[in-house]
Amino acid sequence: MNLYEYMGKEIFRKYGIPVPDGYVIENVGELKKFEYPVAIKSQILSGKRGKAGGIKFAKNAEDLKTFSEQLLNSTINNLTVKKLLIERMLNIKKELYLSITLDRATKQPVIILSADGGMEIESVPEENIHKIYIDPMVGYSDYIAREALSYLPVENKKQFSSLLESLYKAFVGEDALLTEINPLVIDAENNIVAGDSKVIIDDNALYRHKDYMITDPDKTDLENEAASKSFTFIEMDGDIGVIANGAGLTMATMDALTLHKLKPRNFLDLGGTDNIEIVEDAFSFVMRARPKLIFVNIFGGVTKADTVANGIVSSKKKFNIKQQIVVRLSGVHEEEGQKILLDSGIKAFNNMTDAVKELSKIQGVE
Amino acid sequence: MVIINKETRVIVQGMTGHQGTFHSGEMIKFGTNVVAGVSPGKAGTKVNGVDVYNNVIDTLPLKPDASMISVPAPFVKDAALEAMENGIKLVYILTEHVPVHDTMELYHEARRKGVFLIGPNSPGITVAGQAKIGIMPNNIFRVGDVAVASRSGTLTYEIVKAVTDAGYGESTVIGLGGDPIVGTTFSDIIRIFNDDPQTKQIVLVGEIGGNEEEKAAQYIKEHVKKPVTGYITGISAPPGKKMGHAGAIIEKGTGTAESKIKAFKDAGIKVASYPDDIPELLKK
Repeated sequence: MNLYEYMGKEIFRKYGIPVPDGYVIENVGELKKFEYPVAIKSQILSGKRGKAGGIKFAKNAEDLKTFSEQLLNSTINNLTVKKLLIERMLNIKKELYLSITLDRATKQPVIILSADGGMEIESVPEENIHKIYIDPMVGYSDYIAREALSYLPVENKKQFSSLLESLYKAFVGEDALLTEINPLVIDAENNIVAGDSKVIIDDNALYRHKDYMITDPDKTDLENEAASKSFTFIEMDGDIGVIANGAGLTMATMDALTLHKLKPRNFLDLGGTDNIEIVEDAFSFVMRARPKLIFVNIFGGVTKADTVANGIVSSKKKFNIKQQIVVRLSGVHEEEGQKILLDSGIKAFNNMTDAVKELSKIQGVE
Repeated sequence: MVIINKETRVIVQGMTGHQGTFHSGEMIKFGTNVVAGVSPGKAGTKVNGVDVYNNVIDTLPLKPDASMISVPAPFVKDAALEAMENGIKLVYILTEHVPVHDTMELYHEARRKGVFLIGPNSPGITVAGQAKIGIMPNNIFRVGDVAVASRSGTLTYEIVKAVTDAGYGESTVIGLGGDPIVGTTFSDIIRIFNDDPQTKQIVLVGEIGGNEEEKAAQYIKEHVKKPVTGYITGISAPPGKKMGHAGAIIEKGTGTAESKIKAFKDAGIKVASYPDDIPELLKK
């Protein structure tokens, strides 16, 4: 789960990483008396926020109110601004880059550093980016800060060392996939402050961090509602509702549709289930996404083909589904499943290619 | 035969649970030598005729070689460490949704101890005609010479069934697991398949995310003479969106379906557009 800047900074504060003084508002009535100048930062999950006009600066209370009114509920990079972070302006001397993320190739945390902060790290030349890998079973040690400091123009070495150690503790302690500080600001008094935060928490570890049990800002309302379900539901912008089982098979289903110039309305992986109610629940989400056509692609295993067939038949009645449902049923109990469907007038295919061809025919995109 | 056979002595951690009970039963039917179950507080009970113990250490007189872990995600790290600390050299994790920091630690601990770790979020390993540890359906296999490695579950069964229905048979089928970090990767398994006399040709079923397919392709290009057929899912996945598998996420332009398909083709791997096409690409 991606966290907003202010949430990431709350984590930083918890681990003793210096952040600018500030507070969050949802409406201008919440504005407080504060030391000027201040930065007004739109809380949206998007890069290049500043360039898009999402960050403004105010020298006095009047400007603060005017700019806050402008930004709240405005649309920046296609996202609605619901919260603003009002922060003391930093007196910036230097901007660095610092992050810790998970390196999939070596399967360990990696510290990424650059003296070129304040811009997207992707645009920094490779030779100016430094990486330090950490064995997770060994953990952090002081030599790591010494190595890091050899790459960075930092005078306040003690403060940097303790900040780096804190950031590693936050990365591990919060089950983060990324803790990024960009820019890491060195101010006029040589203090090191986190100018921004980008924190991503591992969804699978949220049970250890109940305080983040909030609606995921990256997800649609329907997706957030589906988050507590045993199946995985993701909205897309096409028109064919999809229900399949297994993440790999569901992805292969999306690929097959796309290769045939058909556009999925959603991704729905039933997972391993043998429960008609879960199939019906899956249909309820797909139907609320208002697809033009529905494709069910099942390879029976733990999820039995006949259970899904029964779920299709009962959902059709329960949700009064008028859209055509194209079904591919194979694997465990496929014959029973095919018969159940045939009895209610649905012909099921037993391979995926034939079913996708049928969808193309219906959509007229052959 | 690679990794496991009929003689491999298997314990199941979490055997008294719903999944553990069902799948250990299926494993026994397949011919797997399940010697014990482990469920804290359930010692003295039996599941599928097999004795259950409280701790892995209590099963050591039975000389277990391998453990299947089917416990809820919050307890996986502890269970896997328990197995490894007790000298078990093959640890397979069925459980999905294991926090990636836990898996990361298990990965490094397994390497350090010389443990063959499969998963998490994996359907396991099946050696046709010998044994299976995991949850693959029993009836899709025929003894043969096609080895399959995949990052998926259901899609793997579908492909194995298609291979079997087309008249071929399998040597070893392994599901590596759908998570961003897993114990055994394509580059590990390709070496094993290459050295396995039972295996005459290889099928790799990859997906977007990470660079393991690319690494395996490089190894194949340099070392593998056996024919290899590949398939990659996730061509249509929008960047940054997770498609169920935590692993299936595109990061900053690397790990895309295009880069993997290109790496496969450059290594002389025949690439299927649809899973249904795989049997046609196999060597007759």
